[in-house]
Amino acid sequence: MDKVDAVIVGGGLAGLSAAYKLASAGRQVILLERGDSPGSKNVTGGRMYVDPMREYLPDIIKEAPFERHVVKEVITILDDNSSTQIEYSNDKWKAEPFMSYTVLRAKFDNWFAEKAMEKGAFIIPKKKVDELLWENGRVAGIRADGEDIGAHVVIAADGVLSFMAEKAKLRSPLIPANYAVAMKEIYKLDEKIIEDRFGLKDNEGAANLFMGSVTKGMFGGGFLYTNKDTLSLGLVVGIDALLRKKPYLEAYRLMEEFEVRPEIARWIKGGELKEYSAHIISEAGLQAVPKLYTGGMLVAGDAAGLALNMGITIRGMEFAVASGAIAAEVANEAIEKRDTSDTFLSLYEKRLKESFIIPDMETFRHSKSVLENPRIFTVYPKFICELLDAIFTIGKNNKESFYKSAKTVAKKYLMSWEAVKDIMSIRKI
Amino acid sequence: MKIEEKIAINAIKNDKESHIILNQEICAGCNERMCIMACPAHLYSLNEETGEMVVEYAGCLECGTCKIVCIYDSVKWEYPKAEYGVQYRYG
Repeated sequence: MDKVDAVIVGGGLAGLSAAYKLASAGRQVILLERGDSPGSKNVTGGRMYVDPMREYLPDIIKEAPFERHVVKEVITILDDNSSTQIEYSNDKWKAEPFMSYTVLRAKFDNWFAEKAMEKGAFIIPKKKVDELLWENGRVAGIRADGEDIGAHVVIAADGVLSFMAEKAKLRSPLIPANYAVAMKEIYKLDEKIIEDRFGLKDNEGAANLFMGSVTKGMFGGGFLYTNKDTLSLGLVVGIDALLRKKPYLEAYRLMEEFEVRPEIARWIKGGELKEYSAHIISEAGLQAVPKLYTGGMLVAGDAAGLALNMGITIRGMEFAVASGAIAAEVANEAIEKRDTSDTFLSLYEKRLKESFIIPDMETFRHSKSVLENPRIFTVYPKFICELLDAIFTIGKNNKESFYKSAKTVAKKYLMSWEAVKDIMSIRKI
Repeated sequence: MKIEEKIAINAIKNDKESHIILNQEICAGCNERMCIMACPAHLYSLNEETGEMVVEYAGCLECGTCKIVCIYDSVKWEYPKAEYGVQYRYG
């Protein structure tokens, strides 16, 4: 079989990074994307942390069509009929180089694909890869629409559901406990209105998180990011939590109830809904990372389970970019040495361990077990809201001393063996 | 806004064939019907007359939640053929 240097499955951030790097190294690389254009099947919540990926793709980060750089973090903790909002901003985030940007993937990925093509990569949309081709027990190419393409190395960057990793028997079927479903809406709103409403100027952006009763006690939370002239509003909920919820609750209804809460409606008011999307997020961290290579094949990005929920920050895109770039590096060396064996490609895992990716995932290895504690989504939000209620409320009766009010509320929510255990568990992250 | 109206806003090109196939025998023995709860596009329902599960594949957001949530492995789910399915304009 005739072989190209590399075939990449999937035009997301991991695949495009790999294509860009391999093409830059002068390799013959074909990337196949099932959507009408790269980005058209991709969804993000909305924010990219660029510092970790800068060294892998400095030029791309410099020129990329980001939406806004984030200068403000807002956390809203909600009970059924009350809420507390915390806003954190820092002047250092207003100066370049910016730490994080909001992003829309259809635009971003399509632009990135053009950059990879400029380097010489062949990027072919509207091609769904159906099968892997095998030769002497090694992956030797792919089959798409009945057509075979041989390759020295295949890079599977086909997203969280990675059919390629499954076909290569690198991972077992996906289980509810390891994944959350995210629903997201895009609202079109005038640029000026967005800036006035969120207190921003000159391309500055805000990131908002919502936790507590928006998920009815289930693992998850809401998010809202400001783009140039749109807002990304979404809700994430654990699939396992949905399975266990009694009485059952439909995910889409959760979203419907979320968007009409006054704490959310105030931000999206007057906005025109432009898109409704959904996507799966790996929540299990290292536990859900499959074997990352086999003879002739490497797995990168979401397909490799490289995503991390650190509670308040959720990371994935920088892992995708960096793992795609590292996969390209290793593939390039393997092609150079004419050795694409399982043994040689184990270098990929070694390099991921030397990068920021695996160490960060190692540090937060236990974050899922801490975060899936339902009390985080019920008891503590209630505690905070009720404490403030006790402090702010003036009724016809004599006001209790603040200390006494605080003690009463704390006693109700925090004086328990569970609370002690929760504090102990937080030491894990 | 109702879920049907949200789906209608999306750019979707539908194939004549469904990319989601259910095993009705397995579905008949299922009590939880978690697909109905979990699908963010509300595509799953039970036809009360025939007792069969129905999936309106045409509005699919291609998230794969149903494939994961069906612990009885009744949902045979693949990506739609190239050129079909949802095309996200924002993402």
